[in-house]
Amino acid sequence: MNRKILGFVLIGVALLILPHVLTQVGTAWVRIANLAILFIFLSLGLNIVVGMAGLLDLGYVAFYAVGAYLWALLASPHFGLHLPFWIILPLGALLACIAGAVLGAPCLRLRGDYLAIVTLGFGEIVRIFMNNLSTPFNITNGPKGITGIDDVSIGSISFATTDSFFGIPFTGPVKYYYMLLALLLLIIIVNLRLQNSRIGRAWVAIREDEIAAKAAGINTWNVKLLAFAMGASFGGIAGGMFAAMQGFISPESFVLHESIIIVAMVVLGGMGNVWGVIAGALLLSFVPEILRYTVEPVQMALFGRQLVEPEVLRMLLFGAALVLTMRFRPAGIWPESRHRREMSEARGAGA
Amino acid sequence: MSSSVAVLLEACNVGKSFGGVQALKDVSLTIRANEIYGLIGPNGAGKTTFFNVLTGLYPRDGGEVLFDGRALDLANPYRVAEAGIARTFQNIRLFGSMTALENVMVGRHVRTRAGVFGAILRTPGQRAEEAAVKRRAQELLHYVGIPHRAEALARHLSYGDQRRLEIARALATEPKLLALDEPAAGMNATETAGLRQLIEGLRADGLTVLLIEHDVKLVMGLCDRVAVLDYGEKIAEDVPAVVQKDPKVIEAYLGGSIGG
Amino acid sequence: MDIFLQQIINGLTTGSVYAIVALGYTMVYGVIQLINFAHGDVVMVGAMVAFTVIMGVVGMGLPLPPFMIVLAGVLAAIPACMAVGFLLERAAYRPLRHAPRLAPLITAIGMSIILQQVALLIWGRDPRAFPQIMDNPSFAIGGAAISAVQIAIILLSVALMAGLTWFVYRTKFGIAMRATAENVNIAGLMGIDANRVIAGTFIIAAALGAVAGVMYGTYYGIAHYTMGFILGLKAFSAAVLGGIGNLAGAMLGGLLLGLVEALGAGYIGEFTDLCRWPVVSAMLAERCAADGHVVLFGSNYQDVFAFAVLILVLVFRPSGLLGERVSERA
Repeated sequence: MNRKILGFVLIGVALLILPHVLTQVGTAWVRIANLAILFIFLSLGLNIVVGMAGLLDLGYVAFYAVGAYLWALLASPHFGLHLPFWIILPLGALLACIAGAVLGAPCLRLRGDYLAIVTLGFGEIVRIFMNNLSTPFNITNGPKGITGIDDVSIGSISFATTDSFFGIPFTGPVKYYYMLLALLLLIIIVNLRLQNSRIGRAWVAIREDEIAAKAAGINTWNVKLLAFAMGASFGGIAGGMFAAMQGFISPESFVLHESIIIVAMVVLGGMGNVWGVIAGALLLSFVPEILRYTVEPVQMALFGRQLVEPEVLRMLLFGAALVLTMRFRPAGIWPESRHRREMSEARGAGA
Repeated sequence: MSSSVAVLLEACNVGKSFGGVQALKDVSLTIRANEIYGLIGPNGAGKTTFFNVLTGLYPRDGGEVLFDGRALDLANPYRVAEAGIARTFQNIRLFGSMTALENVMVGRHVRTRAGVFGAILRTPGQRAEEAAVKRRAQELLHYVGIPHRAEALARHLSYGDQRRLEIARALATEPKLLALDEPAAGMNATETAGLRQLIEGLRADGLTVLLIEHDVKLVMGLCDRVAVLDYGEKIAEDVPAVVQKDPKVIEAYLGGSIGG
Repeated sequence: MDIFLQQIINGLTTGSVYAIVALGYTMVYGVIQLINFAHGDVVMVGAMVAFTVIMGVVGMGLPLPPFMIVLAGVLAAIPACMAVGFLLERAAYRPLRHAPRLAPLITAIGMSIILQQVALLIWGRDPRAFPQIMDNPSFAIGGAAISAVQIAIILLSVALMAGLTWFVYRTKFGIAMRATAENVNIAGLMGIDANRVIAGTFIIAAALGAVAGVMYGTYYGIAHYTMGFILGLKAFSAAVLGGIGNLAGAMLGGLLLGLVEALGAGYIGEFTDLCRWPVVSAMLAERCAADGHVVLFGSNYQDVFAFAVLILVLVFRPSGLLGERVSERA
């Protein structure tokens, strides 16, 4: 037990130092780390829906978009509004939650594979609206997107500038890193606590056998809607952070591929297991970045020109992750703890 | 048994058809409190259909069910569970990758309240409820005789243990009526004897049991009263000794399934 | 020009393409209850292969009639797509035949991504313009125009549908297919090799997809590595609208969806023109006076119709227009 606590402390310290180390390598790497944390956050939000409740949501990016656009509209020159983050972020979560409930309500009676396609359709509808709600009234500014989005600022500390605390420089991306880390900690706790709770068990029961769950007294429709709405609200928070971090959003950032990337992270890591999902998200965030920095020079050295773009490799990697995981390790690289708990029990019985 | 004839469940003219086939034709039956009531009939007689209608899994076409003096809301299975009817399935339906203990804890869902925020904030109320749920689930595993399998995944239990686990999960909903769909199917003689003991124990503890069973010997030995379905119609309802001699029943069985 | 009739003609044309793609979804779903998410990308491969062949033949400068050149494209696309369909089934789906329902769907999504990226590697990121080699005269009918390509697409679709119906109901393989769709285990007991039937179904679906891909490419004059996604989603919606698993349903659903889309896109602008509605137009008096129209939703919302149809059908009549199998098999 003590070793476990020690391990957590070490990981914690490493995570706190990490951005300063990465800054030495290049600020770009801090941004990559930030996006990775954002994707872990999204994966853990989707894990509630896909992993625990077993509802394959292929339109998750729609809620991410809702949060991002809300932030962009309420904190940018577009409407001339500049509300503070502690109003927008909860509002984004709430709006995404409502969107989740509204979209979920009609389709949660559907069987799993149909639900997947319908959520995908919803995701497309949201994208089409983002693209076209520039006329006759300019709400989203269409495909051009919204620029000049405000950074987060807490009191007098703006995330747009560099400040020094105790002689250590904190650049904008580093500040975002810490904020994202705090949000990540929050969603990890939410995931872990829900997993072993009345509602979490109900979700897993529905995933395992919906008819038996009904007969065992679970109001499956309500409980599924809850999963959908909760997952959506975390998507909304992530979207807000994304908009603030990037300073610019457009419908391009919220295409189906993004949804599939998040699904791939959850599936590869191990549906339902928090640590597995984190591992999956980390793997699928960093491997493509490493590829981006290695593939090009290697190709240049070997062939004298670039044959395969890194972006293509990245998507191929996600596709392959989905196919190969389902084929060889359907429970993911790090399966749900329930499986492991039993393994240890079996060993105990054998001894 | 005492002479009290308190009625627990009264089904009136329950009907159900699939496409053109009438699976249940105006089935009426009465189950008294604290009895073991058997529902038998040849294959395809409509026994399981009746179960599915009674527990809200199939919408019914007609009829009413009074349960514990009130009209039963059959539109939603969870309402049925709430009202106090729990069931098991003919082809065992457990939550395979949950542990045995968790399976039973799911059964407590309908009798507990904790929501998302309680769970996230770990409120004292939620923690107390969670502990109580766990304690009760452990008791129930003990009750059905598989306390040592609490941490095993449901899908890794032996067949007989899975049946027991399903009963424990059903009991966790605090039912007044426990409906068992062919609980002895696929069991060997020892397992069947154990099951019989378990059911008798349940009755001794005040429960009412509705039993669908193919094993005629088990039904006749165990049940206080028996109803016989044939082609979706009730053709007899009485104590086993009388039903056994009913010419219509003999005809249904001998004419219906040869050597069955 | 008669807008209504014109939209009907346009709707029937795209609807015919949807119908042929929808047949692919519905056949596979009928046999193994799998939404072959990658089917749209198979269609894309068909369009791309045909494009390459047509460009190649045109480039060689052979004195062939244009019709023959397009035919060469189709004849190359069909076997290419059949091979892709076969590989999909064999490598990706067959190993998951007994896995939980979502596993093959997730695999299908993965295969869709892989097919798109491979196509991107081969044919590039930019849309490929189909060479306009055929004369495409238009004929006037009742105040609207129908082009030769439109006529060809509609006729070819009808022929394919008739051919497929004959195949499924009259040939030995078709009967085996229907038996497998009914109950794969019992079909097995009757001596039907389910693996062969399923592989065959994928191959036939892919062949139809190839033809649809060429039709789509010729009609819109363009092929792109992502074209399969929206086309596939719409065709799937069409299959669901007609009743998934039902061949006649897929045809009906495809045509209806094409019509809904064309008429919807044709009229939505008019209906959502705020200047037409008294109360709102009073509020917008200035803009209405300046522009004459303040259109809330224009024809750029065309793609929304297919998804809206899909959602409405699934919510209110999940079995579709012609579907019967309502209850889930326990």
